[in-house]
Amino acid sequence: MAGKKETIRDLYTTMRRIREFETCASNLFAEGKIPGFVHLYLGEEAIATGVCANLKGDDYITSTHRGHGHIIAKGGDTKFMMAELFGKATGYCRGKGGSMHIADGSRGIIGANGIVGAGQSISTGVGLTILLHKTDQVCVCFFGDGSTNQATFHESLNLASIWNLPIVFVCENNGYGISLPQSKHQKVKDVADRAPAYGIPGVVVDGNDVFAVSEAAAEAIKRAREGKGPTLVECKTYRQHGHFEGDPAIYKPKEEQEAWLKKDPVKRMVKYMLEEADFTQAEVDAVDKAAQDELKEAIKFAEDSPYPAPETGVEDVYDDIVEEVRDR
Amino acid sequence: MKKTMTYSEGIKEGMSIRMREDPNVVLFGEDVGRFGGCFGVSAGMFEEFGPDRVRDTPISESAIIGCAVGASSTGLRPIAEIMMMDFLTVAMDQMCNNAAKLRFMTGGKLHFPMVIRTAGGAGVNAAAQHSQSLEAWVTHVPGLKMVFPSNAQDALGLMLSSIDDENPVVYEEHKAMLAMESEVDMDMGPIPLGKGNIVRPGKDVTIVAVGKMVHEALAAAAELEKEGIEAEIIDPRTLYPFDMDMVANSIDKTHKAIVVSEEVRRGGYMGEISAQIAENFFDALDAPVKRIGALNTPVPFSPALESQYLPNAADIVKAVKAQG
Repeated sequence: MAGKKETIRDLYTTMRRIREFETCASNLFAEGKIPGFVHLYLGEEAIATGVCANLKGDDYITSTHRGHGHIIAKGGDTKFMMAELFGKATGYCRGKGGSMHIADGSRGIIGANGIVGAGQSISTGVGLTILLHKTDQVCVCFFGDGSTNQATFHESLNLASIWNLPIVFVCENNGYGISLPQSKHQKVKDVADRAPAYGIPGVVVDGNDVFAVSEAAAEAIKRAREGKGPTLVECKTYRQHGHFEGDPAIYKPKEEQEAWLKKDPVKRMVKYMLEEADFTQAEVDAVDKAAQDELKEAIKFAEDSPYPAPETGVEDVYDDIVEEVRDR
Repeated sequence: MKKTMTYSEGIKEGMSIRMREDPNVVLFGEDVGRFGGCFGVSAGMFEEFGPDRVRDTPISESAIIGCAVGASSTGLRPIAEIMMMDFLTVAMDQMCNNAAKLRFMTGGKLHFPMVIRTAGGAGVNAAAQHSQSLEAWVTHVPGLKMVFPSNAQDALGLMLSSIDDENPVVYEEHKAMLAMESEVDMDMGPIPLGKGNIVRPGKDVTIVAVGKMVHEALAAAAELEKEGIEAEIIDPRTLYPFDMDMVANSIDKTHKAIVVSEEVRRGGYMGEISAQIAENFFDALDAPVKRIGALNTPVPFSPALESQYLPNAADIVKAVKAQG
């Protein structure tokens, strides 16, 4: 399935921006410029891109510890994202959240989250707000295969189904829950097989094919908007890096890694554009160049930004109480 | 207008007032709908507000709190009920990692005006998994506020303030006090969070007590009065933020402090209050601060054992006398 040329360019632009952001983040982490833990979305770009292409500005998403791709695809600003990764005052979370916790309520981004499965139950509340406000918004809940063994998965899909909430549950099955391959962490091969347990549709798509993802998401989103309830969309993909940067991923078989790299979603998209969608190399290069320029600017913004002032460290705990800084 | 009301009715009245005013206030939890809640606190609310806004949930504590987190971050002001305080442990991740932390972690980008109602306390022979008091666990987590009314007026006024608050508030209701009647001034309105109440003025000893222990303290004060000892009883009503100014002013007068809660003594929140008093007002004290709490055991079932487990008026009287 393919769309018009501009749609294809837009999809590729988002994928390329995510790829560029993650590549830069990987390098910056290796150079010691980004503190903490960084979990990258490299190899999974087609999913956030294909899903979010179907969302409106006021639709919601919940994200995960591997959330950079979701944030970018939902309209997040890479400058503020990068500044947050650096722990700077200008970051999305004023330097208090870091890579795993970027949120932007104004764009419907109800947060990346460091607790595996947390977004699932949060999405039910977002769905309840939509239901009671009687709008046609939807909430897309992204999560990985590893999180489908958390109690929140069961509780949330069950609640969403009995309340008929406008949620699309998008499982990014990247083959691993941290170091454990899917075959060792659950008996089912397709997470979507669990959908009938909640009386909701479950579909499996090639998560490295942005058009297939977009098509499946469009149908699930339409269903949610029409008040027909949640869908579980499982996107098969592969985590090209380790669980976090610095993880040598010795648990991943070499052949498996190589086979999946051949199915890289970004390269696949470029091939499609050049061979089947009437793009020239120069047109592809122009998108790549724009993404590189954007990230250079984002990194410069992050590097030039100040660290948070000490007094801000006790702010934002409460709306109305600022803790005293005491001698300890 | 004054009205006699049970503690339970005070809670319901607080919720109902705000639900009549604001369509974004909703109540959900296990059996809160037509069943009226396990203890009947929300009886009649399903009929008044309908199934959209008084929602029964499956037995899924984690999803209940997670749902409140998501709902509050997108425009609702949910009241989520966790039937028993012991069951908070099942939802601890959602309460501590999401409700409490996400405002801070997102640099204030998201906020969570939500109330978690939960029935705490022992005294109804419900055994150890339906009786514990977990105030210390809740107040230990930055980002949460906590209230614990001891009468119908406070139940109503604190509920209004809890719903109005822009932060997650844990609202503890004592299951053995639900039928307790008291007079309520219907015009009083919200009771600000962080403002204590001098339940009984006195000059000889300051007794800080919360929840049902306020009533044990009152019984103790009546005993002590016979011996010419005038106890001042402070009910902080809100555990965090805590009205330490009220306690400080009292200690300035009495020079003695006893803190009482129904938690097991080891690691209880009253230990924190005791430490703050000792750290800050040492010079004003004529005797060490005394903590009174439950035995350091799970709550026993048998009435004979449960009454031994619980702190009571006699313990308070004994402690006051021991302070000299």
